[in-house]
Amino acid sequence: MRRGPDYLAHAVLALGGAIFVLPIWVAFAGATQSAGAIARGDLSLLPRLSGLRAFVAVLGFGPAASGGTPIGHMLLVSFGMAMAIALGKIAISALSAYAIVFFRFPGRRIAFWMILITLMLPVEVRIIPTYAVMADFHLINTFTGLTMPLIASATATLLFRQVFIAIPDEMVEAAKLDGAGPIRFFFDMVLPVSAANLAALFVILFVYGWNQYLWPLLAVTNGNLETIVLGIARMITTDQLTAWNLVMAATIWAILPPVAVVLLMQRWFVRGLTEADK
Amino acid sequence: MERRTLFAGWVLPAFLVAPQLAITILFFLFPAWQAFRESVRAANAFGLNTSFVGLENFAVLLGSAAYRATVLRTLIYCAAVAALAMAGGLVLAVFADREIRGRAIYRALLILPYAIAPAIASVIFTFLLQPEIGLLTHPLKLLGIDWNYALNGGQAFALVILIGAWKQVAYNFIFYLAGLQSIPRALIEAAALDGARGFTRFRTIVWPLLTPTTFFLIVVNVVYAAFDTFSLIFALTGGGPGTATETLVVKVYRDGVINLDLGGSAAQSVILMALIVGLTAIQFRFVGRRVTT
Repeated sequence: MRRGPDYLAHAVLALGGAIFVLPIWVAFAGATQSAGAIARGDLSLLPRLSGLRAFVAVLGFGPAASGGTPIGHMLLVSFGMAMAIALGKIAISALSAYAIVFFRFPGRRIAFWMILITLMLPVEVRIIPTYAVMADFHLINTFTGLTMPLIASATATLLFRQVFIAIPDEMVEAAKLDGAGPIRFFFDMVLPVSAANLAALFVILFVYGWNQYLWPLLAVTNGNLETIVLGIARMITTDQLTAWNLVMAATIWAILPPVAVVLLMQRWFVRGLTEADK
Repeated sequence: MERRTLFAGWVLPAFLVAPQLAITILFFLFPAWQAFRESVRAANAFGLNTSFVGLENFAVLLGSAAYRATVLRTLIYCAAVAALAMAGGLVLAVFADREIRGRAIYRALLILPYAIAPAIASVIFTFLLQPEIGLLTHPLKLLGIDWNYALNGGQAFALVILIGAWKQVAYNFIFYLAGLQSIPRALIEAAALDGARGFTRFRTIVWPLLTPTTFFLIVVNVVYAAFDTFSLIFALTGGGPGTATETLVVKVYRDGVINLDLGGSAAQSVILMALIVGLTAIQFRFVGRRVTT
């Protein structure tokens, strides 16, 4: 039925792709130019090969707005935060969903509803009281304080609940006949059959953790725990003095890990996202 | 739906739910309760202690023209971001669903912005549109547009809408593409045999079948625009110039953290919680329908 290439589809998709990729390309090209040329409004869209060094140099650069903490250090903090949030959420959500699906215990319904309610309480709406709790526990400016309040996740618990409910009863019965207890069943059967969901969830939660802005802005006032997203946002506050080539080099570093995780795990991620939110 | 076969005992499951419950109570429920408590209290004249004032904070808030303006601004912002991002995602998904060469590459490019932090998106757009050095600033000036979002509130508002939509198109694209792929090909081919072509086929067959996806995405996009855009707005403009880009969540932060009006900020938090409870309830209705079909 098709006659020749579908030019209209190519045109629309190429235009869409350009709108999303060009800004990132400009950031990449900008990183390789001299700060002076950018300040003059003299930006070339072709990257300067000799300017590629900026990507290495920026790792050791410590912006004054973040108390001189080097960009490389911020990347490590962000990586630690993203991993702690992703793995922490997966761990506590998988365990609580397992308890809620495979056991009948007093308060089970209440526990489920309490977890569900966290869906309705994003950080943005409980800024001050959450900060007050953190201050009471002396968790401001600690890695625990940076990650812990972001670890509870109703979305992950709901997804695991759906996956666990779908595990056939015959599998549980067979395991019981073999004398497997709930802990062995969890590690030998439940985790392996949920592997694809775990991978998908990891992508979504890693991106979520890496991209946090508001909570680190409140929970950290000390350069040692500065995240890369916050550090870069702070660099652009004093417009005239901004070293734009360095900001853009840091920006490319900041988008690389989440973009790599999404692209490399694209198949699981897309499936996981459409399933997780349903 | 419930399982038939279970494990016995309640000590182990209690241990298993304990970590998540502890974090939920400590960092979610307790702070939410605190927000409720603060919202009905106010500091006395010396700011040393607080007393119960009932609904006064809410009355002050709803009576203030500034707050009502922020509510209206947030509504416009949500509508604009959701409309742009959903239309963009739908158009791209329709074409990416066709069998063309290189569609895997197109798809990869189109989901890319999902991975980029909103605050980082703002930094990239600042670089493109900064009033003095921005790459696009000069061409805009040639077109007769005196581009300076740091001074011009309308331009700043347009820019935060554009960046908000730019970030969210990828999400809508993924969901619309999944929706399109779940439509049986036989249905489309039958319509084609009946002579329905191009846009007619889309309007009469495809679009109605995408209705559940559309309703779901409306709720998700409104929640995104209302709550998740704090960092992109705050990193770009801080809510300014003036209050030109101050949405409700930006105002909570400005009033609570910067101006230290705790009672007022807590009352705003409570209103936002009520809003998100409503939106989640709507979402669950549609989710419920999705699961059963």
